[in-house]
Amino acid sequence: MAQETEKLLMDAAQLEATLQRLASQIAERQGAEGPYHLVGIHTRGVPIAKRLAALIKNSGPIGVLDINLYRDDLSAVADMPVVKETSLPFSVDGAHVLLVDDVLYTGRTVRAALDALFDLGRPKKIELLALVDRGGREIPLQADFCGKRLSVSDREVVKVRLLETDGKDEVVVAQGAE
Amino acid sequence: MALKTPHILSMSDLSREEIEFIFQTTDSFREVGGRAIKKVPALRGKTVINLFFENSTRTRTSFEIAGKRLSADVINISKSSSSVTKGETLLDTAKNLVAMSPDILVVRHPSAGAPHAVAKILQRARVINAGDGAHEHPTQALLDLLTIRDHKKKIEGLHVGIVGDIAHSRVARSNIRGLQTFGAKVTVVGPKSMIPAGISALGVDVSYDLAEVLPKLDVVMMLRIQTERLDAMPFPSVREYSRFYGLNPQLLKKAKPGIVIMHPGPVNRGVEISPEVADGPYSLILDQVKNGVAVRMALLYLLAGELESVKGEA
Repeated sequence: MAQETEKLLMDAAQLEATLQRLASQIAERQGAEGPYHLVGIHTRGVPIAKRLAALIKNSGPIGVLDINLYRDDLSAVADMPVVKETSLPFSVDGAHVLLVDDVLYTGRTVRAALDALFDLGRPKKIELLALVDRGGREIPLQADFCGKRLSVSDREVVKVRLLETDGKDEVVVAQGAE
Repeated sequence: MALKTPHILSMSDLSREEIEFIFQTTDSFREVGGRAIKKVPALRGKTVINLFFENSTRTRTSFEIAGKRLSADVINISKSSSSVTKGETLLDTAKNLVAMSPDILVVRHPSAGAPHAVAKILQRARVINAGDGAHEHPTQALLDLLTIRDHKKKIEGLHVGIVGDIAHSRVARSNIRGLQTFGAKVTVVGPKSMIPAGISALGVDVSYDLAEVLPKLDVVMMLRIQTERLDAMPFPSVREYSRFYGLNPQLLKKAKPGIVIMHPGPVNRGVEISPEVADGPYSLILDQVKNGVAVRMALLYLLAGELESVKGEA
């Protein structure tokens, strides 16, 4: 693999501040709408959802969604990803769901997540939170809460790294992968 | 991770890592089976043909449900309703089906090697062996391994007895391979006439005395006495077989605490296993059936995914 160059977008402190800001926005809206059910999209949406829940003191169970079975490109890559468990420890019917993901790009992951949610019940309302919105949407879909907006070319990759999954907190843009 | 084998024909095609990968995938499909709407769109637009040249309730239904829960289009063909009755050969039947562009063929046939022969003439579609004669039944072995792991937390180091007509049993052959891949010790048990000569070359122990070996076993798999595969009964009478090799409550008292009892079905109640034992607390027979659907969903999903990635290259 060719050498990748990475540009730092957020260090640990900035990531923490971003989560704080998102949490206060959620808390504000939550007051009017009743408590959200946070649902993280595998893999990094899950720890982000957990951290946000802790910040807004939402003690409800966190849902976990694996969207692999709902992809529209069943293995365009040679290696099949391990399908992880989907677990929503609450009834989706009538719930006010906040979907949480790390990077919002084409929107296809969120489209798949919406299909997955509707197979599990009929939520009252679904909103979307993305830590980073990198642009490049292929379907008409926007985040309700967004930590940072970027405009990045298709050749670049935005990587969110988290303590829970990668051992450190940071967001970088990688150039010229492969 | 990806499966190296394009087809699922034999347990010897699968490494331990690949089986672990299949089980990991299976875990997420169990969750789908527990939903109110038991369907995901993963295999939408894919066609699965169940080509069954032998009678089957469990395996055929299990594959059909697995395919349908993944949103595949599932077509069932059985020997009696097909052109086989008009004299068409297996390979001609397969070639004609392939001309209709299915993605996966699930094949059960009374002759060993039939699914392998079908696999050889396919360009693109994949084959799953759902039982070929007395040769192999890999999906049964996978669901058996998974059921053992669910209840014993591990397979390595367990002592597993397989009891019955080992000579005619594809379930035994596939399970021996699978259990050995995971490092379990296997003892085959039955009357001499049902144990093939030279089976110890597979690395299994042989016993002719169920009562003697039962206290050492962590898992016991009872095989069905397959009257359709027996040219002449290799034992004097069913009653005599049942007396020496049938699992009944009295014999079960000799077993280790925590023993689990398995049977691939269909059960001959009162022959190889008594009703009290088959329905008793140590029996995993229905867990096996339940796991069968999830395991087959995982296999269909993984093979279809592979197919997709090949198409992308071509």
